[in-house]
Parts: sequence; structure tokens; C-alpha cells
Amino acid sequence: MSDIADRVKKIVVEHLGVDEDKVVESASFIDDLGADSLDTVELVMAFEEEFGIEIPDDAAETIQTVGDAVTFIKGAL
Amino acid sequence: MFDLTGRNALVTGASGGIGGAIAGALHAAGATVALSGTREAPLRELAEALGARAHVVPANLSDAESVLALPKAAAEAMGSVDILVNNAGITRDNLFMRMSDEEWAQVLEVNLTSVFRLSRAVLRGMMKARWGRIVNITSVVGATGNPGQGNYAAAKAGLVGMSKSLAHEVASRGITVNCVAPGFVETAMTGKLNEEQKAKILTQIPAGQMGRPEDIAAAVLYLSSAEAGYVTGATLHVNGGMAMI
Repeated sequence: MSDIADRVKKIVVEHLGVDEDKVVESASFIDDLGADSLDTVELVMAFEEEFGIEIPDDAAETIQTVGDAVTFIKGAL
Repeated sequence: MFDLTGRNALVTGASGGIGGAIAGALHAAGATVALSGTREAPLRELAEALGARAHVVPANLSDAESVLALPKAAAEAMGSVDILVNNAGITRDNLFMRMSDEEWAQVLEVNLTSVFRLSRAVLRGMMKARWGRIVNITSVVGATGNPGQGNYAAAKAGLVGMSKSLAHEVASRGITVNCVAPGFVETAMTGKLNEEQKAKILTQIPAGQMGRPEDIAAAVLYLSSAEAGYVTGATLHVNGGMAMI
């Protein structure tokens, strides 16, 4: 896993309090990791801070899985 | 009784009677305060009277850009906004049939839309901190209605629905959102009433007197405190029994 993916995974594990093994690329924050809609807002906030990027609302809505987050962040950096 | 040491509070409309008393009460409980209002001179006077832990952050809440800049200015001055008291409000009274679109829009913009924008802006920091207090000052007329105040009552009633919705969303993050609804309070505004008008108003108030700004401030202080952490989505009516709702 790339450095970015590791950092994303760490944030997700910390924030949602889920098992690290469950945080795979295809995992959906809401369907697989038990996040509610406010959790996803907070995750986006955490990504913004960790990577020093801005994730606009329309882009944030497309980030549904761990893989989506990694792909978006790679593109934004 | 309530200790707000280390908390940072932004109070809008702090140049007015009620806003000044709210800022004073929060400050006396140990909070750092950012005083906002359109008129800078009275804000400076209040800040000087309070002494340390008081900042002045003027803003015009009828201007969207000014509204956006305010939470940033407050956070820069204090480090964060842990408590937001949306107290600022204007009136543009007129009989419903004579009320202009502009009178309607101005009151909704300042009394309702700016509260939405300010609250949205401070939530990010509160979510991260897992602690926050938003207290919106509404009015008894938001619940009872008042002739000549269709716009004002609509905005104040709107604040109640908005506060409850937001309270639902953020309760799990340690953030509470409540309203304080004053009745008649002795301020510069009610000071313009003549004795006859005052006497008439008093017949409707079981307590037999108008409220003081400090009565409203005490309610805001409570809702801002750690002790009120389990109170959210509520409206605390402070009206001397004028409307028991």
C-alpha cells in the first residue's frame, strides 16, 4: 500500500473505531464500516487536514469508499 | 456557579442591551469573548469595561461577505469559537398588507439567514473539539405572533425549527443547540414606549414587570455551560409568565 493509502487507512480506523483488516480499498464508509452521514463529513475534514488539500462538497459526495478517498487525494496532491 | 474558563464565545449584537449583558455574563464566568455588532464604538467601550479576554470583531450581518468573515475573525482573535450566541436582530415592523418585500427580506436575512451561515461556519471546529454550544436568541413573538411583526415572528419561529434540526445532527458530537426566547425586556427599544403603552404591556405579564437584560443573559449562561450538556433543541422562555409555553 502506498503512503497515502496508509495514512487514509489510519484516519478511517481512528475515526470510525473499526478493525484495520476491514479498511480495504473497496470498503464503503457507510455500508461496510458503519459510518453515518456526519461521520463521512468528518472523514473528509480529516483528509483535508492530513493532506493539506481542499475537498469541495460535490467531490466529497463522490467519495464513498476507502479507494475513492485514496484516488481523490492522489489526484489533488 | 457556571465556569466557562478556557471557553471562547462569539456574541453577535453585543452593542445592544441584551447582547452586552450576555457578553458580560459569559465573561464573568471566565470565558474569552468576541464582541460583534455593526457599531464599533460601543463594542470598544464594552471591551474596555470588561478588560482582559475581550475582543472586538465588528460585522454587518446583512452583508453575506461580512457574515463569512466574522467567524474567521473571531477564531483568529480567540483561537477558536466554542460558544456562539446569535443575538443580533433587527425589526422592520409593518402591517402585513403594507409590508414590502424589502422589509421582509431584510429581517429574514439578518435574523435567520445570517444565523444559519454563522452556525455552519463554527461547526467544523466544534465537531473536531467534540464540544460546542450554539444559543440562538429568539422571541416570545416567534411562538405567539404579534401584529406588525409578520417578518420578525417568521424569522424567530424559523430559528426554532433550524435549531432543532441542527441539534439532531450534532448532538452525538457534544454540541448543543438551543434557543432563549425573551419576552419584553427593558432596552433602548422598549425605553421608547410611553407610560400608557408600558402599563398596558405590564397587564399581560404575570410577574408585573419587564425583564432585564441580565435575566436573558443568565439563561444564555446556563445553556452555554457544561452543566447544560444534556439540554439540546430546547427553547428556554424568559418572559415573566407572559406566555407559558
